[in-house]
Amino acid sequence: MLLGRVANGLYWMNRYIERAENMARLVDAGLRMALTRTQSAEEEWKSVVLSAGVDFAFAAKYGEYTSETVSDFLIRDTTNPSSALSSMETARFNARMVRTALTRETWEAINEAWMSLKRVLANPIDERDLPSVLDTIKRETALIRGCFYGTMLRNEIFDFAQIGTYVERADNTARILDVKYYVLLPSVSWVGSTLDNSQWESILRSVSAHRSYRWVYDAAYKPTNIADYLILNGRMPRSLTFCYRFLAEHLRFREEDYGQRLPCHALVENTLTKLKVSSVKQIFDEGLHEFLTDFIRDNNRLGDEVAASYRFH
Amino acid sequence: MVSQGSMRLVAFDEMQPDSTGVRQSYAAYDRWWQQQDPARLSEKMRDAERVFRKTGITFAVYGEEEAAERLIPFDIVPRILSGTEWRRLTQGIEQRVQALNAFLDDIYHRQEILRAGRVPKRLIAENEAFLPEMIGVRPPAGVYTHIIGVDIVRTAENEFFVLEDNARTPSGVSYMLENRETMMQLFPELFQKIRVRPVENYPQLLRQSLAAVRPENLRGTPTIAVLTPGSYNSAYFEHAFLADQMGVELVEGHDLRVVDGHVAMRTTEGYKQIDVLYRRVDDAFLDPLTFRPDSALGVPGIMDVYRAGNITIANAPGTGIADDKAIYSYMPDIVEFYTGRKAILQNIQTWRCSEPDSLKYVQENLKDLVVKEVHGSGGYGMLVGPTATKKEREDFSKKLAAKPSNYIAQPTLSLSTCPIMTEAGLSPRHVDLRPFVLVSDRIQIVPGGLTRVALKQGSLVVNSSQGGGTKDTWVLDD
Repeated sequence: MLLGRVANGLYWMNRYIERAENMARLVDAGLRMALTRTQSAEEEWKSVVLSAGVDFAFAAKYGEYTSETVSDFLIRDTTNPSSALSSMETARFNARMVRTALTRETWEAINEAWMSLKRVLANPIDERDLPSVLDTIKRETALIRGCFYGTMLRNEIFDFAQIGTYVERADNTARILDVKYYVLLPSVSWVGSTLDNSQWESILRSVSAHRSYRWVYDAAYKPTNIADYLILNGRMPRSLTFCYRFLAEHLRFREEDYGQRLPCHALVENTLTKLKVSSVKQIFDEGLHEFLTDFIRDNNRLGDEVAASYRFH
Repeated sequence: MVSQGSMRLVAFDEMQPDSTGVRQSYAAYDRWWQQQDPARLSEKMRDAERVFRKTGITFAVYGEEEAAERLIPFDIVPRILSGTEWRRLTQGIEQRVQALNAFLDDIYHRQEILRAGRVPKRLIAENEAFLPEMIGVRPPAGVYTHIIGVDIVRTAENEFFVLEDNARTPSGVSYMLENRETMMQLFPELFQKIRVRPVENYPQLLRQSLAAVRPENLRGTPTIAVLTPGSYNSAYFEHAFLADQMGVELVEGHDLRVVDGHVAMRTTEGYKQIDVLYRRVDDAFLDPLTFRPDSALGVPGIMDVYRAGNITIANAPGTGIADDKAIYSYMPDIVEFYTGRKAILQNIQTWRCSEPDSLKYVQENLKDLVVKEVHGSGGYGMLVGPTATKKEREDFSKKLAAKPSNYIAQPTLSLSTCPIMTEAGLSPRHVDLRPFVLVSDRIQIVPGGLTRVALKQGSLVVNSSQGGGTKDTWVLDD
């Protein structure tokens, strides 16, 4: 037995924990690009803001895309509801609301992560400290995940929380790809210049996959392989297929447990099937941008459908 | 009764009342204390704060914006009561709790105590805490107030007084439990040396107690839930804690609605019936159809379900009439009226400012008295005469004259002290005690309670909202 409101709280708790971590990754990738100076840092920071999905809010506040403005906005600005600090606060607020559904370890990990981020981000980030600040965020979210996996019962509570994680992660990976889709297109990538190489590496870096890529594919970056890795590779934990395998699984558990098939089940299975039968070539032929736009839309719809099916409100 | 000017008396210290030595109940603890390294104890104190901060045991202080969540300071020196002292206290508390329930049943039915002239009619009729909607309603098992926190103060070896009967939604029991948990983590060796009676089964007792008062026509195991106003409420931590420890749902008003004559909660699989609701929402917010129409914290129509006998609400609506400060001064009469015996626990002498003679006395002796608002709580809106400035007393005197019936006054008791740990070692501070009572088909009192302590030297205000702290409370198994 689980209250709809609690299911909603669990879902958003994990979405926001995932978001806090993704913000740190994005800034990390941007920082790397800016340091290698292979192209205009301004352009790179701009695409980081775009990938974070906060371009309008950012433009309303700042005129310039610099390391300081972007990292402050994405990491510690509490007027930006998606900043790492805001995300952690929202995650903690939701965790507090659903506290009776969490193990003591999980709650304490979230509470401590929030306290630690508040402390670390109390003042503007000194450029020299940025890498260690980003590490702190990644470490705290990893601790939460560890406690969550290590102590939570595998029941409906776990399922709804995990659905939040994977909806957010799939959205994040799809956005990163969509912001940079043009650098993956054959006409441009044909050149294979240093510029392209660093752009490609930046995409992989935003999902912490620049090293594992080499284990799976080749030493050289190839746009089709990168797209294959982030969209179709079922072993890559941030790929769209990986996210949808788990989304489908958690929703199937709910279907079997509650004995009720609902619209969200068909939706998740359709998307998963599409990912399973597609090849990178097909995706490129039909248009990478169109594919990603459709995916982001369907992914949002899945979130809404889960909320409606399970009486979140 | 304690005379005025009691401030000039030396307070009774529960550990070491005079130079002859430590009282028996503290003897074993004192021996242990003498062997401790002060540096290690200071370290333990910091540990305790970390534990509380980490687990998020916080409370909110109304009117302070930024500090939305604060810790209640915890002192590592336990307050220790002997088995004998505890037995005497519990007899008095049981008697009082019986009287409170009998009084509520009478007030909402035959009103014999009013007919007998022992309590003035207008005190009930004009009281906001009295709910006409409850007239003639008999709650399941006839229990009105299921969970009670009786505030007790001590002034001497054998002098215990009831300060307040909290018969609505008393809070603080989570601190009793977390304080004990923390002490056992910090000083496991102490609990091996000294036999302290356990308090940790309180959540099970609470659950059993709530199950025992389920609706009379219900067959099978009742579904129990705790109703909280939400995570912004100052006692939210406690609501979540109790629901968690009992293994029941923590619900908010918008999770609930009336379905087919029952209260039901919205779950991921549809609406599920609730049979017993431990509500931590005030009467006025319980049902927007019956009470405050603007309330978003309650359940529209729950009072109809209640009157139909399809849900137990604990505590019952309208119990506030029993712990109202205006009623308090009549408690000795109330206890005698319903139990046929003199009250075992004494009341504190109380002047009702609504009575002209009393008002005159209070105005003239403001510097020796504590004046409280009849409907206030949490230490807000009160005057502590001896520590107030001349200006504060003059301002208060005007308020008093403008609306005398709004106030009662009591002598400033010299509350007993217990030592707390300070930089300079042990130092006495004033304390009170809130034991927690559960009423179902029987009355149960967990051996212990919440000891609140005024951390400022000489201060008599123990409320957490006014800088008070807490201590673990030990009842010895002797």
